[in-house]
Amino acid sequence: MGLDLRKPIGYFFLLLGVILTGQGLLTRGAAMYAKSLGININLIWGIVLIVFGLLMLIPALLRKGGGGK
Amino acid sequence: MSSFLPAHGALFLANAVTLAPVDYAILLIYVAFVLGIGFALKRYMKTSADFLTSGRSIPAWVTGLAFLSANLGALELVGMTASGAKYGIATCYFYWVGAIPAMIFLAVFMMPFYYGSKARSVPEYLKLRFDERTRCLNSISFAVMTVFASGISMNALAKLLHQLLGWNYDVSLWICSAIVLAYVLKGGLTSAIYTEVLQFFMIVLGFAPIVYLGLQDVGGWEHLKVLLGGVAQNPAALELNTNTFQPDAWTSAWKPLIGGPTQNPMGVDLFAMLFGLGFVLGFGYWCTNFLVVQRAMAARNMSAARRTPLIAAVPKMIFPILVILPGMIAVGLAVTGKDGYRLPPKPLAAAEYARALPAIKAAAAMDAKAAFESVTAATGMKMNPAKVSALVRDAATLDEATMRNQLQDAVVENDYDGVILSLVKKYCPPGLLGLALTGLLASFMSGMAGNVTAFNTVWTYDLYQAYIAKNKSDEHYATMGRAITVVGILLSIACAYLVSRWSNAMDIIQLVFGFVNAPLFATFLLGMFWKRTTSHGAFFGLLSGISTSALFHALTTSSGNALGIKGGYLWAWAGKTLAELPVRFSFPSDMAQNFWLASFAFLVCFFITLGISLVTARTKNDEELAGLVYSLTPKIVDREESWYMRPSVIAVILLFFCFVLNIIFW
Repeated sequence: MGLDLRKPIGYFFLLLGVILTGQGLLTRGAAMYAKSLGININLIWGIVLIVFGLLMLIPALLRKGGGGK
Repeated sequence: MSSFLPAHGALFLANAVTLAPVDYAILLIYVAFVLGIGFALKRYMKTSADFLTSGRSIPAWVTGLAFLSANLGALELVGMTASGAKYGIATCYFYWVGAIPAMIFLAVFMMPFYYGSKARSVPEYLKLRFDERTRCLNSISFAVMTVFASGISMNALAKLLHQLLGWNYDVSLWICSAIVLAYVLKGGLTSAIYTEVLQFFMIVLGFAPIVYLGLQDVGGWEHLKVLLGGVAQNPAALELNTNTFQPDAWTSAWKPLIGGPTQNPMGVDLFAMLFGLGFVLGFGYWCTNFLVVQRAMAARNMSAARRTPLIAAVPKMIFPILVILPGMIAVGLAVTGKDGYRLPPKPLAAAEYARALPAIKAAAAMDAKAAFESVTAATGMKMNPAKVSALVRDAATLDEATMRNQLQDAVVENDYDGVILSLVKKYCPPGLLGLALTGLLASFMSGMAGNVTAFNTVWTYDLYQAYIAKNKSDEHYATMGRAITVVGILLSIACAYLVSRWSNAMDIIQLVFGFVNAPLFATFLLGMFWKRTTSHGAFFGLLSGISTSALFHALTTSSGNALGIKGGYLWAWAGKTLAELPVRFSFPSDMAQNFWLASFAFLVCFFITLGISLVTARTKNDEELAGLVYSLTPKIVDREESWYMRPSVIAVILLFFCFVLNIIFW
């Protein structure tokens, strides 16, 4: 199949990561983090998602036209 | 839209959460991406094979993760977390005993026949190996099962959206089904497989933080073990079980099992577990269920097809952390009562409120005991006496919403299927909430997509092409494939309404597997590894296996269930009561009943197939069976691959790790 799945997955999690990180930055110290035991989980997990998205995306973009392994 | 079915009414919504814009954004991005993938794949969908079997073109890591994801419907997240709370770490049997060995067996021994025979589906393999009768029986039962499984998935999804977000049940059901329909219709099986992989990552990345936060909150694994030790000695305090157990019953996998059915909360014995679940149900599901096998058959070559289940086995082994541990954490939190947490009560339906609220008002004039009995009768559930009498006492001064709130809280029965949601609600701030919720949504939708794509292939190739319209153009079958996809979705929706009244989705699915899949593995085992197995033997063996399932279920029941609902309907029909039932027909739990049912069905199918094969003549000679039977197929030599890529090497390594896991959680 011509569509390399790593690209949509990469873009998807990159986008979610950016949104979550943004939300985390905007709401630093907000009362809602009492739920997540005082941890700004949006910021931390947003960064994790960005890293995951890039891990998927970069190899796919480097290998032009290649599909999977 | 649903006038022909019982109204779900407005369930109690005070516990619903409100989504922030960021959560809606995540949800919408997910929907946009799955639809986008469907549309992007549309241009590759030319023949019926492209649409229904992906044209055998997908890399192994994709089919591997999809293989796992296809099994991640309502069963996995909701059901396994529910079982994690109900039975503790013993739920891992479904992974380490019921899945890993079977997945490895499929990869090493069975995949060469499925992939090598050029059959397009599991029923088609049966036709090539035996004859049309076995194929017909299998494809019809499979088609029914996929529609039910898909319906169960969608019911769970709509219920979730309704209870958590307050969305309308019917609207949620139809909109989510429409999204699935759109992307499956555009990209066929490939679309389903690709979104399953996306969904796999959504689940892992959406739920890992919740498990982390929950484990921190409960005081870490060692402290959780201490808490669950206390629970095991008095599970009745949380309405988990009426028996009492050794302290390690929730936290140790094998010790309580060896002690017998009274020593473990599942109420199963060692034989039922190892043979019934580990061998019959496990192998029956993973090795013969076209839903999962179809993913491996879509792989780009034989080596990728054989690696598919092996790749899936790695995450499968560690998945209990994501799906079973949260259930155990919830029990740990409930026993400490930290921040007022309790296991979610069974939700009261509108009709129950309608009966109970007047009963509460009327009860003010009665004495305490009569008041409690009257309210309990109105709700039909086990209630907390102190909470009910407080409610009756204050009824005159409370507004209706508060009364509903307190009445719901007074229900002591647990809604295990709601456990995962209660944790999502407890730990997720806006943002993470959207992520976790989208993960859940994704899992249910791909449960539907997976079943519908298996259903449309079996219908088109094994029923329509085989019996209704032979020798038509490929274009004709491609059109049929699309049309039946729409029909499949509609049937699933009807099934969703049907199962919406049944509480534990997990048990229902197990039951369906028991009926259909348990005997089936005997047919495959004999067919693939004994060339003497005849078509007559296979057909009548399978038929008697399925009949045995049905008869067994009609004759037996499990404790705590009335006759006629979950088994025992033959006794109910004969006018007997539960007390008149001979004790050997009653099992300590419905899990045990299911495992024994599977064992019986398998053995009957195995020996009847064997017996009939010995006395009937072979209908296919050795040449016809080449590629279909083990002894008549040239062995695959995988020397051209590096040693660490060979299926047998990976298989041994995986088995070793699986064994180690069992020892660690002994």
